[in-house]
Amino acid sequence: MAKVLMKGNEAIGAAAIKAGCKYFFGYPITPQNELPEFMSRELPKVDGCFVQAESEVAAINMVYGAAGAGVRVMTSSSSPGIALKQEGISYIAGAELPCVIVNIVRGGPGLGGIQPAQSDYYQATRGGGNGDYRHVVYAPATIQETVDLVMESFDVADQYRIPVMVIGDGMIGQMMEPVEFNEPKRRELPSKEWATDGTKGEREPNIINSLFIDPEELEVHVNERLEKKHAIITEKEVRFESYNVEDADVVCVAYGTTSRIVKNAIAKCEEEGLKVGLIRPITLWPFPDKAFEAITDKTKGILTVEMSTGQMIDDVKIAMNGRKPVYFHGRTGGMIPNPDDIVAEIKKIVGGEK
Amino acid sequence: MQERVIMAGFGGQGVMSMGQLLTYAGMIENKNVSWLPSYGPEMRGGTANCNVMVSDEPIGSPIVTEATATIAMNRPSLDKFEADVVKDGNLLINSSLIDRKAERDDLKVYYIPANEVAVELGNSKVANMVMLGAYLELTKAVKVESIIEALKKVFGERKAHLIPLNEKALAKGAELVK
Repeated sequence: MAKVLMKGNEAIGAAAIKAGCKYFFGYPITPQNELPEFMSRELPKVDGCFVQAESEVAAINMVYGAAGAGVRVMTSSSSPGIALKQEGISYIAGAELPCVIVNIVRGGPGLGGIQPAQSDYYQATRGGGNGDYRHVVYAPATIQETVDLVMESFDVADQYRIPVMVIGDGMIGQMMEPVEFNEPKRRELPSKEWATDGTKGEREPNIINSLFIDPEELEVHVNERLEKKHAIITEKEVRFESYNVEDADVVCVAYGTTSRIVKNAIAKCEEEGLKVGLIRPITLWPFPDKAFEAITDKTKGILTVEMSTGQMIDDVKIAMNGRKPVYFHGRTGGMIPNPDDIVAEIKKIVGGEK
Repeated sequence: MQERVIMAGFGGQGVMSMGQLLTYAGMIENKNVSWLPSYGPEMRGGTANCNVMVSDEPIGSPIVTEATATIAMNRPSLDKFEADVVKDGNLLINSSLIDRKAERDDLKVYYIPANEVAVELGNSKVANMVMLGAYLELTKAVKVESIIEALKKVFGERKAHLIPLNEKALAKGAELVK
């Protein structure tokens, strides 16, 4: 298929529909509004349904219901709206239902601002909802990667019966880049025998539920079902990009659009003969711990760059397990890191000033 | 070749469209492109701007920090973005609306009365295309034909009659900097 020039938010919608998503429930918030707008226009054309709910809480519970009925369903919001959806996300994870959630992150806390940020890393990977649950988190860096990952998210969600979050920032939502809608490699997916899609008098009713009053039963649910599933996902679904890690004096770690700024900084360092590597987590959960095994003793330090006060850095420290010092550079509030500032931080590490 | 352009002006001056056309045209020529808009409250009556990258190489950050060119459609845009242009870079100033000269002396500066030219052509709305025409003449970032092809896709059948006017505006802009 030929390339088309699309805004990130609209490309996400087009990718979802191409992946068979027919249901979208949401509530408006900047900077992701073009996505529900696109869905409201396009879903009726494929016999789907768009509902602008009365609130984010209602929207995520509509997703819960639709997912329980076995259909492909998506919701999207931006940071404060995703915060409101956390209760529902916990319920959906507890009930083991597949769905796709898009967070086009803006600065926080509270209503914060509307410019790009990455301050929802904790919320996305630690879970803002209650209980021992996890969900997959993809963090694309380009519009093309966003489209590819959104399409795959629906398969991953169905395969593991788990919510999948795609996290971008305001830049991913608002910018335009050429994209190709390639047919994704379809996974072999189990049939949805658990769905509450009508017994037709031919089977026992299915029950979708996250309530297990009997503690023995709940422990089995958490340990034998959820936690085992999390282990399989951690083993099989980790994804990352790695650049010149083995030979680097400094290894940078960054995800999403920030990784692109870091790449510019690395190119500047290379012009001056510095060897700088990059680890770019594509899955934030499961976090790519194994990417850090390639770091050698030659490396002086790790520099984590984020549009936050430092959230992913916790996972970087866990992955490094004290092997090397881990430093941080970040901007907040919707301000964007500057390549020159990153170069300066890298030089401080190389020069032993840190 | 890598063009890193900041286009800026009042909301309604067509800076977003101008940027999208350049991006679209770059894509038609199989170049790597990105278009990053400013968004938010500043769009309401304030300044709007976009960052455009057109490159033979893959694009890293879509944010323009060292612009090869800035197109300033109004005074606040010039005040804000003059500093972001690299040494010997192009600074295109819409002299119809901007009453000051460039402050820096290490840039190639062009004063283009875009609004007057557009009015002479019969439609003040094509001031952006006058500026784009001048920019393309200076940089050859993409071919004018690619811009026209992009325009056809953006306008569709219903507005196809506007293409000759836009073509004229592009040509007039180019003429002014030849």
